Amino acid sequence: MSSVATTEPAIARGTRASIRGRMQDALPKIVLAPSFAITVIFVYGFILWTIYLSFTNSKTFPSYAITGARSYQRLWRWTFESDPPSSWYTSITNMGIFGVLYIGICLALGLLLAILLDQKIRGEGILRPIFLYPMALSFIVTGVAWKWFLDPGLGLEQTLHQLGWTSFHFDWIKNKDFVIYTVVIAGVWQASGFVMAMFLAGLRGIDGEIMKAAQIDGATTVQLYRRIIIPLLRPIFLSAFIVLAHMAIKSYDLVVALTSGGPGGSAWLPSNFMYEYTFKRNEMAVGSASAVIMLMTISAIIVPYLYSELKEKGR
Amino acid sequence: MSALSTALAPSRSTASSRWISRVVIYGLLVGFALFYLTPLFVMLVTSFKTMDEIQNGNMLALPQSPTIEPWFKAWGEACVGLTCAGIKGYFWNSIKMVVPAVAISTLVGALNGYVLTKWRFPGHTLVFGLMLFACFIPFQSVLLPMATILGSLGRFGVTLQNLTGFAFGLGNSTVNLVFVHVVYGLGFTTLFFRNYYEAFPSELVKAAQVDGAGFFQIFYRIMLPNSLPIIVVTVIYQFTNIWNDFLFASAYAGTGDVMPMTVALNNVVNTSTGVVEYNVNMAAAMIAALPTLLVYILAGRYFVRGLMAGAVKG
Repeated sequence: MSSVATTEPAIARGTRASIRGRMQDALPKIVLAPSFAITVIFVYGFILWTIYLSFTNSKTFPSYAITGARSYQRLWRWTFESDPPSSWYTSITNMGIFGVLYIGICLALGLLLAILLDQKIRGEGILRPIFLYPMALSFIVTGVAWKWFLDPGLGLEQTLHQLGWTSFHFDWIKNKDFVIYTVVIAGVWQASGFVMAMFLAGLRGIDGEIMKAAQIDGATTVQLYRRIIIPLLRPIFLSAFIVLAHMAIKSYDLVVALTSGGPGGSAWLPSNFMYEYTFKRNEMAVGSASAVIMLMTISAIIVPYLYSELKEKGR
Repeated sequence: MSALSTALAPSRSTASSRWISRVVIYGLLVGFALFYLTPLFVMLVTSFKTMDEIQNGNMLALPQSPTIEPWFKAWGEACVGLTCAGIKGYFWNSIKMVVPAVAISTLVGALNGYVLTKWRFPGHTLVFGLMLFACFIPFQSVLLPMATILGSLGRFGVTLQNLTGFAFGLGNSTVNLVFVHVVYGLGFTTLFFRNYYEAFPSELVKAAQVDGAGFFQIFYRIMLPNSLPIIVVTVIYQFTNIWNDFLFASAYAGTGDVMPMTVALNNVVNTSTGVVEYNVNMAAAMIAALPTLLVYILAGRYFVRGLMAGAVKG
């Protein structure tokens, strides 16, 4: 049709050209429209649908009669009043522990590795991919690997016993109070290299003149990093935090593969709670309510960030 | 000037302290490298060991009589649930899902990015913002409605099948997963291309317009040929994400012959009855990891470089 090459300059300005002109004007919007429609329906429409379901008493199958905020009441009652602690209580406590440690350690370790690699290291080309490769693996593979490594009967503990350190004891993966920390270890292993890459790119982007000037003024390396370089990396801290927070709240497969939920569901995160209640315990409304709470948590972090980013760019 | 010369010519004491700090730096880096390599190393050596050696030997020791038997077993005989036909079928399931999903989402993302930067219209920031936020939602909040929709599409497919003899892919798990991954990957691919095209000179587009080139011509002849770095980033990112996905896979194709690799692997590892064959499990995990590792090894350098140039800068 009109996709045939038209190299004629703007001489022919008849109706034909103006129709084509109008077509050309609308074309970009027509191209974008399907994606936009899909996003509106499958993201925002579905979110509303899930919110709606959370206010019903859906069990195995969705039911569309609104019965009020019962599922939310149940969740919060479980949080504060149940004894022994409910699986929702366990999930959100785990989320707190996992979120703080995972984000904190990934940021610290990523920054440390980036600074170490930035010291004009020989063999950087070998070391960098070694730190990075875990992010190429699926959480399922990571979980399988670490499950093996942390298994008291087969992995680290057994190996150290064989080497003669018989008093060594490390059974966190089987211990319901400590199992969430093994999820942290595997999660940090997987993501810290990526954070390192972000920081490294940031470090490489800093103007060398600033560093030279500070060195001439007699700043030591430590001072240089503490006073000048790390403050300059602030935007990267923010991006990394956003990426990590979002990954932490979404984490689901790592727990499944690493511990199958841990003893008695003690390693559950809210995402595991949602999946189990929705698809295995036939409590669809409660599952939806937990999904809505997850969504609100992420939104509280992401929306202000995106808003400020887009506003800045729009200017 | 004196400060400069002292900085350039370190005294002997600073030279020795510098030597110590170099030792510390390299020591730390090598230590961390071991931390990152050990799990992969353990997986790899275990997959070449016999069961005897695993039960009585040291996890870190090299296999004494290396055997590739576990790999063949994982590929062709391992039990996934009740069927013991290995993971090869599930491997192909994943390939069949990942190739179209990556191709479609990348192409559409490129078009979207092109429109959002070079053919701006009032409200483009809002459109982009809505698509961007979609990247960050926890998929749990769309999981159920999508299951419902896929369920009714499947039933519609059966009706079509009875009427016309064709289901047009409706109800096919692989088609479902391709669709789901395209839908929820669009935000990311659009983001990547939009940020990349933002820095692409608009003058070139204007000049081509003056010469009479249309919307698609500019895209094919000017934008695409200059997009190689960001295409590489997007393809790697989407490939890794879709190949590694477990949530959608287990929710929408979690049973039977249709499940993708990640779900099958989890089943192999978690449902073994009788003696757990750790060597076979590790070989299966390695097979599941190989495609993304390979992509990463071959193109990882471009990935990190392109990601830094395109996505993180913002």
